[in-house]
Amino acid sequence: MFIQEEELQLFLNDLIDQYGYDFTEYSEASLRRRVDLFMVRDNVPDLTTLRSLVFTNPDYFRHLVEEVTVNVTEMLRDPLFYKAIREEVIPVLATYPFIRIWHAGCSTGEEVYSMAILLKEAGILHKSRLYATDINPGVIEKARSGIFPASQMRKYSENYIQSGGENDFSAYYTANYNLAKFDERLSEKMTFATHNLVVDSSFNEFQLIVCRNTLIYFNKNLQSRVLELFDQSLELLGFLALGSKESLQFSSIEFKFRQTITEQKIWRKVK
Amino acid sequence: MEESEIDIKELIVIGGSSGSLMVFFDILNNIPDRFPLAVLLIIHRGNFLESMLLNLLALKSRLPVKEVEEKEKIKPSHVYLAPADYHVLIEKDKTFSLDYSEKLNFSRPSIDISFISAASVYGKKLTGILLSGANNDGAEGLKEIKGRGGHTIIQDPEDAVVNYMPKQAILKSRIDQVLTTEKIKQYLISLSHPGAE
Repeated sequence: MFIQEEELQLFLNDLIDQYGYDFTEYSEASLRRRVDLFMVRDNVPDLTTLRSLVFTNPDYFRHLVEEVTVNVTEMLRDPLFYKAIREEVIPVLATYPFIRIWHAGCSTGEEVYSMAILLKEAGILHKSRLYATDINPGVIEKARSGIFPASQMRKYSENYIQSGGENDFSAYYTANYNLAKFDERLSEKMTFATHNLVVDSSFNEFQLIVCRNTLIYFNKNLQSRVLELFDQSLELLGFLALGSKESLQFSSIEFKFRQTITEQKIWRKVK
Repeated sequence: MEESEIDIKELIVIGGSSGSLMVFFDILNNIPDRFPLAVLLIIHRGNFLESMLLNLLALKSRLPVKEVEEKEKIKPSHVYLAPADYHVLIEKDKTFSLDYSEKLNFSRPSIDISFISAASVYGKKLTGILLSGANNDGAEGLKEIKGRGGHTIIQDPEDAVVNYMPKQAILKSRIDQVLTTEKIKQYLISLSHPGAE
């Protein structure tokens, strides 16, 4: 680790001034590690060099944001979570005339396509709209394309079966060399946009918000602010789905929510 | 080992891969119930072990054993287990953060990531112990712990079921102590009676 904590804080403050991006409430341990890795990979010798690259070139800043935020994801990650979505959440969503879902921190979109497959199989995709947002414009572009590495398809197919899928998973994509392009009938109902959970406000009311493994990169304060934003963006009786190690426990919105099944991180807004 | 070194330890991080599980059990079984430090375990394991691992460790241990929770405060006299498929980092306020970034050394949790992060927060108040394994993980982490004034121990390659991992650590940095499982247990017991050795 060659960046000192104080240097990093100064750098982050200057980023707010110049670009309006506020990383000061990100989890410091993770962010510092990511910036270190970025500098090694990009062969940036020290913070002074990094500063001059970032502050003279908005494209380089964008590159930094793309590399420093974590974008590891997969389709139907934690199959039992998706099984619970199929069994506990979708039957409720099906009763609505129109369904609005927000994937906050959607990264390259694998989980959005997973959700679309589940909705399609339940026969309710036609009346759904999936809003997928991320701070990182680069991953949003990838998500929009619906193209994923073909090498992952075997794993995703296994996840699909474990999640209770009964069709042939390969019917959802066309493989071409090492890429798999997902059916456009899935992406028709998706809207992709950049959205910064740190500063941007609510933009709709949803029946389901999915935000998995994004909050872990924030400090406690920011985590609670974002949870409040989710609360404001959820209809009464709406669902909130978090990552397997994230929780509403000890948060300011906990009293409004009840966990639907104890093994899965899915809560329902009851107040 | 000098007494001053014993006195100031606050956290023990232990990493292991193939062939390390019995050593973890043996070590936990011998940590006294009044052990004053926190212990973080980073164990590579297959999925099949996941549901049982925490219970098995808890059965062996006299200290409370729990899986690391997001932004949880690190408490003395507790054993923490890095959860499957997440890296564990430590914040400067001595809370844990979980991280789902890329695997390192084909591993998540990665021993290096936790060792390096712990070293930056605990400095010389840290001991890092690396056990049996067939992987590169942990060697860089021990180097960082040493560089920040912490104490480093590896399981004696002669004593390890798979000696690759401790051997890699020797190649990477000067290790303070190369110990058999028995001696590692004694080292930990000595930490529960500061200055008594």
